[in-house]
Amino acid sequence: MTIGLFELLLKGLWLTVQLTVYSAALAGVIAFIVGLARLSPLWIVRFLSGVYVEFFRGTSALVLMFWLFFALPLTGWQLAPVWAGTLALGISYGAYGSEVVRGAINAVTPAQREAAIALSFTPWQRMRLVILPQAVPTMLPPFNNLLIELLKGTALVSILGISDLAFNAQLVRLATGNSAQAYGIILVMYFVVAFVLTRLMRMLERRAKASLGQGPARSAAKPAAVPPTALGDAANDAIETGGGAA
Amino acid sequence: MSTWSWSYVGHIMPDILKGLLVTVEATLLGSLISFVLGLVWALALRSSTRWVRWPVQAVTEFVRSTPLLVQLFFWFYVLPSTGVSFSPLTTGVLGLGLHYSTYTAEVYRAGIDGVPVGQWEAATALSLPRRHTWTAVILPQAVRRVVPVLGNYVIAMFKDTPLLAAITVLDMLGEARLDSAASFRYMEPITVVGILFVVIAYPTSLLMRALERRLGN
Repeated sequence: MTIGLFELLLKGLWLTVQLTVYSAALAGVIAFIVGLARLSPLWIVRFLSGVYVEFFRGTSALVLMFWLFFALPLTGWQLAPVWAGTLALGISYGAYGSEVVRGAINAVTPAQREAAIALSFTPWQRMRLVILPQAVPTMLPPFNNLLIELLKGTALVSILGISDLAFNAQLVRLATGNSAQAYGIILVMYFVVAFVLTRLMRMLERRAKASLGQGPARSAAKPAAVPPTALGDAANDAIETGGGAA
Repeated sequence: MSTWSWSYVGHIMPDILKGLLVTVEATLLGSLISFVLGLVWALALRSSTRWVRWPVQAVTEFVRSTPLLVQLFFWFYVLPSTGVSFSPLTTGVLGLGLHYSTYTAEVYRAGIDGVPVGQWEAATALSLPRRHTWTAVILPQAVRRVVPVLGNYVIAMFKDTPLLAAITVLDMLGEARLDSAASFRYMEPITVVGILFVVIAYPTSLLMRALERRLGN
């Protein structure tokens, strides 16, 4: 394999990384909006977000991508291929992510919510200052799994003719006639990216847990305690009062 | 601007249902392979020699974190050059099964770890042979509690079968692409396929949730 062909793979790798980042950002936003919507007090909001989640978790990401790429333009909306791919990945992984968000929020001890209500926090303050800071560390490990799934999912865009890593490997295969080499190299590349992403997410998780005082060093000494300094002042009061009331 | 044509939907339906049959076939055979192979990986990961544990760990980790599509291409183009020639469907089923076996291995592992230590100790106290400990005590309990999770992976695999269309298998998506290419009508085939996936996957996932509740306690 020549230098030029290897550069072609690197170019593809760069596009794959970009696609992963864009669709992960989109999926993240969707996950939070839909995840919170599923906990809404209004039944219609809960119902619609539930339909969204069940529909897009039920259908195949590749079929959705094909639909956005081939069928949507017929209704008059033409998307650039890269955006059709990003949108399809964002929409379907957002649906998976929203379940993670919902689960993590539900897993926060009810006493925390009750304490915030007792302190007459507005629902938005309650979510922002009390619930989310405790729910986010729980979300990170499943988000990491989804991120790796998303990275793997970006390979689907090669079927739409977008020159990502998998597509360029096909070009290299045609140029060199050596399939094992072309696909072997990019499998390793995907693996390395997945490995780096996992490390980054683990680091984030450690930080998030440490900020709640659930770090590995301190957890042995104080298993369930949430140090007041970790959260904003208003939330401290909430926790202390909540603890006192209980 | 095209309008939705029900008569065209009726026209392509036989092809799509033919594709559905292939999709279901690939899912079932792929699941079977992944269930068996996953158990092999899970047991190998508990082996007492690191010369078994480490390579299996490395291989499953690698297969799990690389795209199924690229793996399918790899098997599709590389296997024939080694003299082995399978039909595209067989290659696809093997690729699917291998990929998902790395997930089911984790599921089995969690199931085995979930069996209470007392069960192992009781088996030792009764001096059951190792083979019996596994087949009569541990696995029946471990597998029982992971059935719903395995079911969820079957649904995930079902939704991944359209990737086989990329290696020329005529599954649902493959048939839909053929129809669209022949008629230049994309809206109906792809929409029908997308909806069929939901119509099949959603009730199945409800079933798995019910199963989870029943076996959970």
